[in-house]
Amino acid sequence: MLDAVTFKEISRHYGNIKALDRVSFTVREGEFFSMLGPSGSGKTTSLRLMAGFEQPSSGSLALFGQEASGTPPYARDVNTVFQDYALFPHMNVLDNVAYGLMVRKMAKADRHALARDALAMVALPDHGERTPAQLSGGQRQRVALARALVNRPRILLLDEPLGALDLKLREQMQVELKLLHRKLGITFVYVTHDQSEALSMSDRVAVFNHGQIEQVATPRELYHRPRTRFVADFVGSSNVIAGNLARALTGDERAFAVRQENITLLPAGTAGTTGGIQTEGTVIAVQFLGATQRVEVQVGDGANGHIITALQNESETQGAQSAHLAAGQPVALQWSEQHMVVLDA
Amino acid sequence: MPEAHTLPPLVAANGGLRRWLSNLLYQRRNLMLLLMLTPPLLWFGVVYMGSLLTLLAQSLLTFDEMSMSVVMEPTLQNFQSLAVPANLDIVLRTLGMAIAVTLGAIVIGFPMAYYMAHFARPWEKGFFFVGVMLPMWASYIVKAYAWTVLLTQGGVIYWVLNRLGLQGALEFVLRIPIIGGDTLATSNLGRFLVFTYIWLPFMILPIQASIERVPANLLLASADLGAHPWQTFRTVLWPLAFPGVVAGSIFTFSLTLGDYIIPQLVGPSGLYIGGMVYTLQGTIGNIPLAAAFTCVPIVLITIYLAMARRLGAFNAL
Repeated sequence: MLDAVTFKEISRHYGNIKALDRVSFTVREGEFFSMLGPSGSGKTTSLRLMAGFEQPSSGSLALFGQEASGTPPYARDVNTVFQDYALFPHMNVLDNVAYGLMVRKMAKADRHALARDALAMVALPDHGERTPAQLSGGQRQRVALARALVNRPRILLLDEPLGALDLKLREQMQVELKLLHRKLGITFVYVTHDQSEALSMSDRVAVFNHGQIEQVATPRELYHRPRTRFVADFVGSSNVIAGNLARALTGDERAFAVRQENITLLPAGTAGTTGGIQTEGTVIAVQFLGATQRVEVQVGDGANGHIITALQNESETQGAQSAHLAAGQPVALQWSEQHMVVLDA
Repeated sequence: MPEAHTLPPLVAANGGLRRWLSNLLYQRRNLMLLLMLTPPLLWFGVVYMGSLLTLLAQSLLTFDEMSMSVVMEPTLQNFQSLAVPANLDIVLRTLGMAIAVTLGAIVIGFPMAYYMAHFARPWEKGFFFVGVMLPMWASYIVKAYAWTVLLTQGGVIYWVLNRLGLQGALEFVLRIPIIGGDTLATSNLGRFLVFTYIWLPFMILPIQASIERVPANLLLASADLGAHPWQTFRTVLWPLAFPGVVAGSIFTFSLTLGDYIIPQLVGPSGLYIGGMVYTLQGTIGNIPLAAAFTCVPIVLITIYLAMARRLGAFNAL
């Protein structure tokens, strides 16, 4: 199968700022590909390069095997859903959706019929006569989606499309986007800074940091086998243990990651009685999160000090001694070797 | 934990006259509004609208040609005499120039306003703002006279065109009826250049303000959906900037309609509305007919606004 998007050694500079620094990756045709990273990491710049809003400073960009640098946005088989929706305020919803067909000179009756179909697809069949200002945020989002999809793009670019929606709506839209992706079979490229969104929706995720890609992998791989410290920390917030503490625990200086939920808390003084890696520390904070409880433990101090966070299931801590953990209490930590991931960097 | 510190106590709610007054104004918002709006409303209502209405009322009075004085007799005679060919000429001449200047200012001003709003870096924007407004700091009369020097035969423009070998082109243009004339300084083209120069800032600034309110993402979205630059201009940028174009054109249109100095200094003979009003009220003393002439720009601008409204210029307000 052809690759939908190919980045080869692409850099994008703004003056002295390197928004992207020699980035290479591919998006496969038909996949749901997410670009995940904090703001300023280069994910949105990558999206804008795919859309054609910007040109790479160096390197080459191909869409479906065809060199695309230099091709303007209006000549690309790519459509974008903008973070702020970017609906045309002076047109009603139907004309907004029909816009891409209008500029292709499709007859009014035809384009309105297709626009109505697209609106029905996003569950807004009766909203064509309204103006964007009369819609809620979630409805605007759907209109933006319909406006892009009515053009039957080969790639749909989504720039943090759910960022402005409240949690419940966001979860609902995540499911709908996923269904839409399955139904249409086209390539989705999705920009987000929300790791849970990226993990739950994507076939593959590229993790961006400081204009470079840290790792491209499936969500499960990212979660269980993070390659770098940044990925371990950013995707699902693992504990990263490095330096002297790493050597003391494993005899190896390389940093490693342990997921919060894989750490067991035991009464102080019981270290050594069970298997795996064990250490001792002092509880500094306990945070009740509903289904889980998050315990921060200070292990060691000074330059060797680490704060290790453990996540405990609330149901398991019921009645157990650890339910009564409080700041200042000594505690033992334990995890099995199979849950440790040695990091490259 | 930061050390606790004591804050000064809140000022007692009823300490002194000033405190009492600010409490009163804070709690009675309408009183506050009344105090703030009375002076401007008095000024606007009495001094401004009042004098305008008085002026218009005079257009209904009779001017006795024999005694050269105004008689308190209501008549529509003044408006009828506007339709006399000589007077109608004046109206059409002024209207034609006002339309031409407005269109010219849009053509020149829009690209510049677009650049200022969407591309200029902060320091460039400052430079442009000063550059656009700097001419307005100089006296209008000085600028108009300066243009007569530029446009006259042997002036800078003739000199430059001669140097470029374009005198033939200029002569060709000046031979075109209506816009041409004996020299640039006595042609309608020259007058158009001066008018456009003088009123251009009034066109650029409103357009710039309205384009600045158009999110850049809308233009990107348009291109993303397949629109070529010209389509994006026609279907997104122009409609959204149109209120600014209308605002600017109200300035250029009405300022040209009312001007009486530039037509005297540059261009062919033949009075403009402003010059006619000046002549009527000054030397002749025919205030009623002058007032009737004054109604013409008001009516024209009202028609213009009604058309702009039909085109949807105020939908976004």
